[in-house]
Amino acid sequence: MSGVLDFARLEPGFDDAVRGAQISFRALLDAMAHPGRIVTSPASLGGAPPSPLGPAAAAVVLTLCDIDTPIWLDAASQPAAGYFAFHCGAPVVDSPAGARFAVIADAAMMPPLECFALGSDEFPERSATLVIQVADLTNGSGIALRGPGIRGEAWLGVAGLPARFWAERTALAALFPRGLDVVFVCSDQLAALPRSTQITL
Amino acid sequence: MPDTIPTDDRARTARQAWLAVLAKASLAELEAAWDELAEKPAYRRLRPGETGLVMLRGRIGGTGQPFNLGEMAMTRAAVQLLDTAGQVSYAGFGHVAGRSTRRAELVALFDAMLLDPARHAVITADVVAPLAARQQTSKAVRTAHVMASKVDFFTMVRGE
Repeated sequence: MSGVLDFARLEPGFDDAVRGAQISFRALLDAMAHPGRIVTSPASLGGAPPSPLGPAAAAVVLTLCDIDTPIWLDAASQPAAGYFAFHCGAPVVDSPAGARFAVIADAAMMPPLECFALGSDEFPERSATLVIQVADLTNGSGIALRGPGIRGEAWLGVAGLPARFWAERTALAALFPRGLDVVFVCSDQLAALPRSTQITL
Repeated sequence: MPDTIPTDDRARTARQAWLAVLAKASLAELEAAWDELAEKPAYRRLRPGETGLVMLRGRIGGTGQPFNLGEMAMTRAAVQLLDTAGQVSYAGFGHVAGRSTRRAELVALFDAMLLDPARHAVITADVVAPLAARQQTSKAVRTAHVMASKVDFFTMVRGE
């Protein structure tokens, strides 16, 4: 982010900040508790989400980020920097390693997962949460998920991720409880992939 | 799209001056001024009024160090004016003491209108100037009232 914000170009955040954040948090909680489940984000924004992000991506960041959570934005989501700075007050950082939240609008060009903060064994929560906007989310095909919150097996199909993503994610599993929590967003839908979930390609 | 942020010092000072007047106006005064407007602009809320606390600091100790005096309720709001085509033209901000979201929103609305060169002169003459005059008068009255009971303290030097 550089220079001063042009306030005439900013879009409003949630139309009701408290209710919007609560509704959106509930949807996220549902998604995190049931990895792979596709949840529709019901929160309503007072204006258009900051291009190129969709309403779910904007709602997740507006809900979870504040002045204590540095955000890293990939090149494609840079236009949203002012929006998040104004509505969340969150500092935007230049390096993925320094961020608690990362917003990735162009999944194909995303940096390797080990670039992000993975936490430490003593403080695994000091890791990054990735909000990745993807082309499509489907249930019933794709990657098999197992672990807490899933009865048996869940299938999540994510379109638009680089092929290396799943290999990198598998490599992180050995570091548990360190790791990354991922929220996939697509338009107004979201699905979570917490670090505790095991994947089978 | 016009830049809504005054960049030179003079414009910034002018904006600070009208915001100071508007922020001290009561809700009734602001509502009356809004009701009397010939044409009310269309607007949307960029940041709906929200109430929070600000820490008041002052050099009130004997050593002159900044001291946290206490917290004060404050409400802020931001609005964007919409032109006839529905496009955002100017953004205004309001910060007021207390918890009235409507008051903060009205301050923000007048701020945005004052940034608009087409409306600036009218709003200055019809809203800001009368408010400033009234505030000046009530301050003068209060000062006179307080000064009436002024006591000068001095210490007599004891002669050797």
